[in-house]
Amino acid sequence: MRTKECVAMLLAGGEGRRLGLLTNQLAKPAVHFGGKYRIIDFTLSNCTNSGVDTVGVLTQYQPLVLNSYLGIGSPWDLDRKYGGVAVLPPYQRQKGADWYRGTANAIYQNMSFIEQYDPEYVLVISGDHIYKMDYSLMLDYHKQKNADATIAVIEVKWEEASRFGIMATDSQWQITEFAEKPKKPKSNLASMGIYIFSWKVLKEYLIKDEEDQHSSKDFGKDVIPAMLRDQKNLVAYPFQGYWKDVGTIDSLWEANMDLLENEPSLNLNDKSWRIYSQNPYQPSMYIAPGADVKRSMINEGCSVFGQVDHSVLFYGVEVAEDARITDSVIMPNVKIGKGAKIHRSIIGEGTIIDAGAEVGNTDGDITLIGGFDHIKLAEG
Amino acid sequence: MSQIMGVINLVNEPDQLEQLTNYRCVSSVPFGGRYRLIDFVMSNMVNSGIEKVAVFAHTKYRSLMDHLGSGKEWDLDRKRGGLFILPPAVDETRELMKGDLYNFNRNRDYFERGSEQYVLVTRSHQVCQIDFRPVLEQHISTGADITMIYQEVDSDTFARARRIDVNPDGRVTMIEEYNRSLKQSKKVSMDMFLLRKELLLEIVERSLAQGYDYFVRDGIMKNLQKLKVHGYEFNGHLGIVNTIPSYYYNTMQLLQPEVWKELFLSRNPIFTKVKDEPPAKYNSEALATNSLIANGCVIEGKVQNSVLFRGVKIHKGATVINSIILQGCEIGEHAIIENAILDKDVIIRPGKVLIGDQTAQFVADKRKVI
Repeated sequence: MRTKECVAMLLAGGEGRRLGLLTNQLAKPAVHFGGKYRIIDFTLSNCTNSGVDTVGVLTQYQPLVLNSYLGIGSPWDLDRKYGGVAVLPPYQRQKGADWYRGTANAIYQNMSFIEQYDPEYVLVISGDHIYKMDYSLMLDYHKQKNADATIAVIEVKWEEASRFGIMATDSQWQITEFAEKPKKPKSNLASMGIYIFSWKVLKEYLIKDEEDQHSSKDFGKDVIPAMLRDQKNLVAYPFQGYWKDVGTIDSLWEANMDLLENEPSLNLNDKSWRIYSQNPYQPSMYIAPGADVKRSMINEGCSVFGQVDHSVLFYGVEVAEDARITDSVIMPNVKIGKGAKIHRSIIGEGTIIDAGAEVGNTDGDITLIGGFDHIKLAEG
Repeated sequence: MSQIMGVINLVNEPDQLEQLTNYRCVSSVPFGGRYRLIDFVMSNMVNSGIEKVAVFAHTKYRSLMDHLGSGKEWDLDRKRGGLFILPPAVDETRELMKGDLYNFNRNRDYFERGSEQYVLVTRSHQVCQIDFRPVLEQHISTGADITMIYQEVDSDTFARARRIDVNPDGRVTMIEEYNRSLKQSKKVSMDMFLLRKELLLEIVERSLAQGYDYFVRDGIMKNLQKLKVHGYEFNGHLGIVNTIPSYYYNTMQLLQPEVWKELFLSRNPIFTKVKDEPPAKYNSEALATNSLIANGCVIEGKVQNSVLFRGVKIHKGATVINSIILQGCEIGEHAIIENAILDKDVIIRPGKVLIGDQTAQFVADKRKVI
């Protein structure tokens, strides 16, 4: 039987509660990003571009949109006869059924999926982050260090360090300490939520962790600390480049705005590392004689008659005459009426903004309008 | 299940597209920012419920094959039916000179194996949104042998197309050669014919036996008395694209929002091969008006009354006016391009000025560096 050297397990069950209305109807990895993508496109494209062709996607919360989006994986070239994308929801067994109780438990429940490929290594990633990374280089590093587990890390600002899983390492990148969201961080090396495990070792720890009544069944809180206690060979893999957790409205907005720099640090035009996604069939965008578009990203199927400055427009958005959009993210098929004004906002899919209506403020908090809403002209 | 099988006939397709067809056939000429010409008729067939489409390829079909692939984008990668690409099956190279009927005959199996009763024979250079189902309805109700689709036009089409005459009963009485002998007629053939499969095979057999091998000229025009040929009038937007002036004219038509909407957003989608380009990017100095911009473009300069295909870069201070810029071109800083058609991957060096004539646009060959 053929085997796979490395199988990826993509955690996509997150509810993304801090994204408010945007995740009412869909899981966080399915949230729209960057004018044409969904967040999960970045990890799936990273897999394909890294030569990882077997990806189990663990879904749980509001999976309808995500499941139909993934399909058989063809947009990411992951429609394979052997391997490819497999959607793995929780399921019923002879001795009852269970939801995924934590990230480690989700993998534990799908050990048989992994075993059928008899892999040497398992890559654990999540569908919540925006970044481009070659996992094959990380796997080389894992082998070279003869590690049991390798955790990708990135330097974050010290003031933000307490939001992440923080690692202390020695000069050889050997992990000596791991603290999940520490109040007083000892370093600013944050876990990116990307792990490579030698499967034999991981399997042993997943089984042990499952038996432990006190465990919360989480990689960061339980499995990694247990491996550290047993003095397993845990190494950090330092990553340089763009990486962003888009778990809050502010960070989602910011990450979209990051793309609008003249030379953005996340280059989407890189032909050697394309970000794949499902492409709806839309014509080229139409930009009318009186339109003015600057510092923006606009997808196919849009028609712009008004002004767009420093904003991201998804497909099928209509901007009527004299409408003005600044510093905003406009999700698919939003219709913006004549003279409407939108500032510092995220407008959910399919929403209608009536002529003359105003949304958002030029400074202060980001305004969020959910999907399929209707914003009318304020009275008086 | 559809009663119609589609035939997209590329054999000797009228072609005066000059440089644009140096390395490709008419059907694979890029059009409208992100399509190739064949996308329109293919999508129209699929959107009309046709599930089996044969493309009779003839010459220079490398880019066409690459574009069509398995037919997946049109949902034509089927176990039963789907897309059939049929290049010439000749024993000797001189047979390549023969007409379409010869090629139909060589691929009789395609016709005979299908259970469909009707065949729709089209070309690939008609840009429109047409539903073929009402054509079949009319075909059945009139009891015609052949139904041919036409449009009444008020202005010049700038293209190579046959004019026809239709009498008040709807019967086609004259089809001209491409010589404008029917000057007074406003009716232009769209080169789309619906007929029973048996009749088509009969025409193939009889014409070849008599030494004739052209479907329209020999099979239909010579038999206008014997066969009941009816016209079906199409009223939607139509662009016939097989000359440089018609290519330019019909591309610029897309800049009218009503035309853009009718072709692309009103009814069914026009399918095409996916490229995975990011959304178009406008930088702080961008100044784009009245244009169609495809994904993957980066705009740092001025673009006006133009159509930009995927992945075009307009550098700072550059100006593009009244032009069609195909995929992957790069316009250097402070260059000026006016009234031009640039084929794929053309590079314009910084500061270069290229101004074509309003009626005779400058055309640059693929991959040229200017």
